Amino acid sequence: MKLLDRNGLKADVYRRMSEGQFDGPGIVSLAELADGAQPAAGKLGLAIENTANVRDVERHFDSVTLIVIHFPSFGDGRGFTLARRLRRAGFGGTLRASGPLIPDQFAFALACGFDEVELPEGQIERQPVEQWRGALTAFSAPYQQGYRRPRTILEERRRNAPEAAR
Amino acid sequence: MYRYDEFDERFVRERVAQFRDQVQRRIDGALTEEEFRPLRLQNGLYLQLHAYMLRIAVPYGVLSSRQLRALATIADRYDRGYGHFTTRQNLQFNWPKLRDAPDILELLADVQMHTIQTSGNCIRNTTADQFAGVAADEIEDPRPVAELIRQWSSLHPEFAFLPRKFKIAVNGATEDRAVLKAHDVAVRIIRHAETGETGYQILAGGGLGRTPMIGKIVVDFAPKGHLLSHLEAVMRVYNAQGRRDNKYKARIKILVHEIGLPEFKARIAAELEAEGPSFRQEEVDELARIATFFARKEYETLAPHSRPYERARAANRDFAQWADTALFAHKADGYAIVTVSLKPIGGPPGDMTSDQMRAFADLADRYSLGELRVSHAQNLVLPHVKKDDLFALWRALGEHGLSTANVGLITDIIACPGLDYCALATARSIPIAQAIAQRFADPARQHDIGPLNIKISGCINACGHHHVGHIGILGLEKSGRESYQITLGGDASWNAAIGELLGPGLTADETPAAIERLVDFYLAHRLSGETFIETVKRLGAGAFKGAFAGVSRHEAA
Repeated sequence: MKLLDRNGLKADVYRRMSEGQFDGPGIVSLAELADGAQPAAGKLGLAIENTANVRDVERHFDSVTLIVIHFPSFGDGRGFTLARRLRRAGFGGTLRASGPLIPDQFAFALACGFDEVELPEGQIERQPVEQWRGALTAFSAPYQQGYRRPRTILEERRRNAPEAAR
Repeated sequence: MYRYDEFDERFVRERVAQFRDQVQRRIDGALTEEEFRPLRLQNGLYLQLHAYMLRIAVPYGVLSSRQLRALATIADRYDRGYGHFTTRQNLQFNWPKLRDAPDILELLADVQMHTIQTSGNCIRNTTADQFAGVAADEIEDPRPVAELIRQWSSLHPEFAFLPRKFKIAVNGATEDRAVLKAHDVAVRIIRHAETGETGYQILAGGGLGRTPMIGKIVVDFAPKGHLLSHLEAVMRVYNAQGRRDNKYKARIKILVHEIGLPEFKARIAAELEAEGPSFRQEEVDELARIATFFARKEYETLAPHSRPYERARAANRDFAQWADTALFAHKADGYAIVTVSLKPIGGPPGDMTSDQMRAFADLADRYSLGELRVSHAQNLVLPHVKKDDLFALWRALGEHGLSTANVGLITDIIACPGLDYCALATARSIPIAQAIAQRFADPARQHDIGPLNIKISGCINACGHHHVGHIGILGLEKSGRESYQITLGGDASWNAAIGELLGPGLTADETPAAIERLVDFYLAHRLSGETFIETVKRLGAGAFKGAFAGVSRHEAA
């Protein structure tokens, strides 16, 4: 698995707790969390399906530092809406999309509130990191507001409008 | 009409560059065919039966003469010298090459056009009343709202990978000319019953395809400034909860149907509540900016009645017959809205040659302030014609084979491309339309029959809107043979209704005769002044079954 954010590839400090004993930050599922799973040390990540209910997840906002939303395929856009809803509900930690997203979706993912993307084995070799970073600059500005999005076309228009029209 | 500012312009240019890069990455192997497919589709490029097809967005059906000329150039340079207008007010080219697509997009960008989201599981090109801004029965011009939706839906980060395609229509007149109830979502500009302020009624869950459903009102009244938040709430509920396990059950109509209207409305309400205040000042500001582009034209001050027009009518029966079908009441005195039929008898419905496009662009400049429209019925509209000019316009149209006097009549048939082009089709559509048109070619007979909509689809996906045709024809394939099912009583207006199946399927050869039997039955049983659909509604489709059965002999054999 390869992890990248808007700056490029990054190391993944988290491990899935289901994969065995580990001393650092661990990722658990909602079911494992309900069973009382806790990492031996450090931060806690929560992995959820894209059908998860916001109410079931937001109860854990205070105890988790990472939420991982699973994308079963790149064409399944439910994760985008779920990310948007989690941010709206006040999640301020790291939000990760995990699955076979493609570079052309990177800007969408960030705009919906994701910080990083976790890709399956082999994909980054086919779609190198420059393609992911390049996808972020394909458009100077979008029409829609997004999560921590610096500027939109509507804002640029307002800035450009003559004083009298403001 | 709307003109791109520097930001729209930049956005569309960047989109062209992005697609060029996507094509290159596909060739390099960075993108698999499966990954490339939705990217190609969201740029309007379909793989058809014989070749690629490129679908060009005509936002809410509005075109300038300059844009039509550019389309003619593309038709000559990259296609076979013609284009096809669709039931979604778009234009399709049937023979472009994949490697030419980025260059075509560049030519389109030169005239402020694009192919963004004309296909794929995303929000498609927004359609509207083809008489927007000029119709006498209008409450408010729907084009600013449609343009607002065009911008808002373009590369919307959350809604680019929906369960299925998503079609939005907007109407601002009392009469529904945009088939609102057959859309995933429809926005109807209405006047509030008590306060009189204009706002938006929102419908959802309409659609044709294999499970036709009539759209239902999900938001009774959203005041101005609240539209996009309401649309986003509907989209978010659909994106999260629309079915993804079966593409035939993935449209929003199935979600609305399965959970029921009250539950669907409750989910929208919950979504709106979670989002917080639904009023957006930037929506009001942006709408005001867009509206300046659609300000009322500078019409000449004219008398309501035109003497030259009346004289020409009296002197020329053919002209009068054409005018009876082609004209619609204009807001401004002394002007008319002219619908130009793209349904010549025996021609493929909605097709136009590049020569016709150029000639039509010249006529639009000369007689209609350089503007034209595309209707969902696959015809063109000249929206600002002086009544004094109508006779000259009619003669000029005639020189280019564009004066067929059949708008709204039985030979003004909507037909999908069918098996002649489409990879999904199970039967031919265009030849059926041609055969029916030939059978009813006599203008006097057509006028006697009066308003009658025949709509033909070459497969169950219903691109030809057959469910809402007064007479609907659905082409299927049964044990290797084409089989045509006939429905009766469909209605695409605000009184939308799904047609009723009359009986077993017919062969292509039998179909025109069956249609004729239905029409003859109507002529024999109509009351004075009663239209075809009125007679069907009065008597019921069942009353026509006897007439229909007379021709389905092969089924009994």
